[in-house]
Amino acid sequence: MSETITINSPMPGVFYRRPDPEEAPFVEPGDSVDAGETIGLVEVMKNFHEIETDRAGTVSEFLVGDEAEIEADQPLVEIDAA
Amino acid sequence: MIDVHEGGISSTVQDLGRTGHYHIGMPPSGAMDEYAHTVANYLVGNDADAATIEMTYQGITATFDDDAVIAITGADMSPELNGDPIGSWETVAVEAGDELSVQFATDGARAYLAVAGGIDVPEVMGSRSTYTLVGIGGHEGRGLEAGDELSVGEPPNGSVDLVGTRLPDEYIPEYADENAVRIVVGLTSYRLTDEARATLCDAEWTVSAEADRVGYRLEGPDLEFEEREQPFGAGTDPSNVVDLGYPIGSIQVPQQPIVLMQDAVTGGGYATVGTVISADRGLLAQRQTHKTVSFESVDVEEAIDARTRRSERLKEIRSVIDG
Repeated sequence: MSETITINSPMPGVFYRRPDPEEAPFVEPGDSVDAGETIGLVEVMKNFHEIETDRAGTVSEFLVGDEAEIEADQPLVEIDAA
Repeated sequence: MIDVHEGGISSTVQDLGRTGHYHIGMPPSGAMDEYAHTVANYLVGNDADAATIEMTYQGITATFDDDAVIAITGADMSPELNGDPIGSWETVAVEAGDELSVQFATDGARAYLAVAGGIDVPEVMGSRSTYTLVGIGGHEGRGLEAGDELSVGEPPNGSVDLVGTRLPDEYIPEYADENAVRIVVGLTSYRLTDEARATLCDAEWTVSAEADRVGYRLEGPDLEFEEREQPFGAGTDPSNVVDLGYPIGSIQVPQQPIVLMQDAVTGGGYATVGTVISADRGLLAQRQTHKTVSFESVDVEEAIDARTRRSERLKEIRSVIDG
């Protein structure tokens, strides 16, 4: 049985899908992820905070773009939990 | 002892600050929202200068080794004790072994956790406040991390009797509504053009992602400077002046405004065109990244009145809490 979970941002800031502008995104839709895996970064107060999934599953959709300005509690990504 | 399991994004021990060392370049540090910090202390029977934990955007998760009396104020971070929600701005009893978990901020940016007896870290230069830039004060001079253990001081008499006290609603700020902060225009505001001085107070400024305990960088219209001949000792940038001291709250304008906060550098060579009044700095500290701020110009007398009214309000709160 699968269940779709949404990961929300714990804070306002800027959302990054890549660890570095030169590098590939952490994950793409369709990728499978493990619990604890990083799916993006939020930058606030000159810090980069890793956003992790607490459930394993498959990334279904990103709800915000790379480098988007986001608010606290804004949904970032949907995952079909395994 | 409090055992920290998750430190949050930026959680530091803070009191009312390290005063008296500004002349050697040591900023005061201390709670960014002094009102919320002080009320948290009052709710647990502490004096205003006891050290609390300031949590920014996301709170800590921690267990208590001993029974304790706590209060969480400031930003609404939906705190839970053993998974059950507990109220903010109220006095809560914690039993040995209980787990406190503080979520992320939905209204405001910073919450304060006070424990009866205060967070007992060593004083450095007369204060327990953390100044992370040079790594002094607080817990090892840095933000809290998993595995940290914090001692708690001796609880004051009667703190247990305060359990269940809730601050009346009239004293609880709605941070989301607090868009206007009052400033005193001055210092080197003569460097701005007349239009730029008007823009400073007419514009709606947006708090950038670079807004922290050192400074709040704001985004908005560019402020233009008067033409001038570069004075001896000043840099070439139109916003440079010959070095001056920066009061806490002062608004420097390298290009767009940066409001200097509790951990700011104490001096330098950018024009500072005004100062956020002390009574309103806590409100600015509670503005989340991407929220807007506008400046309302007041004179020094009004600024001092506002400060006096705020101290009176805090005195009133203390007597309401103590019944």
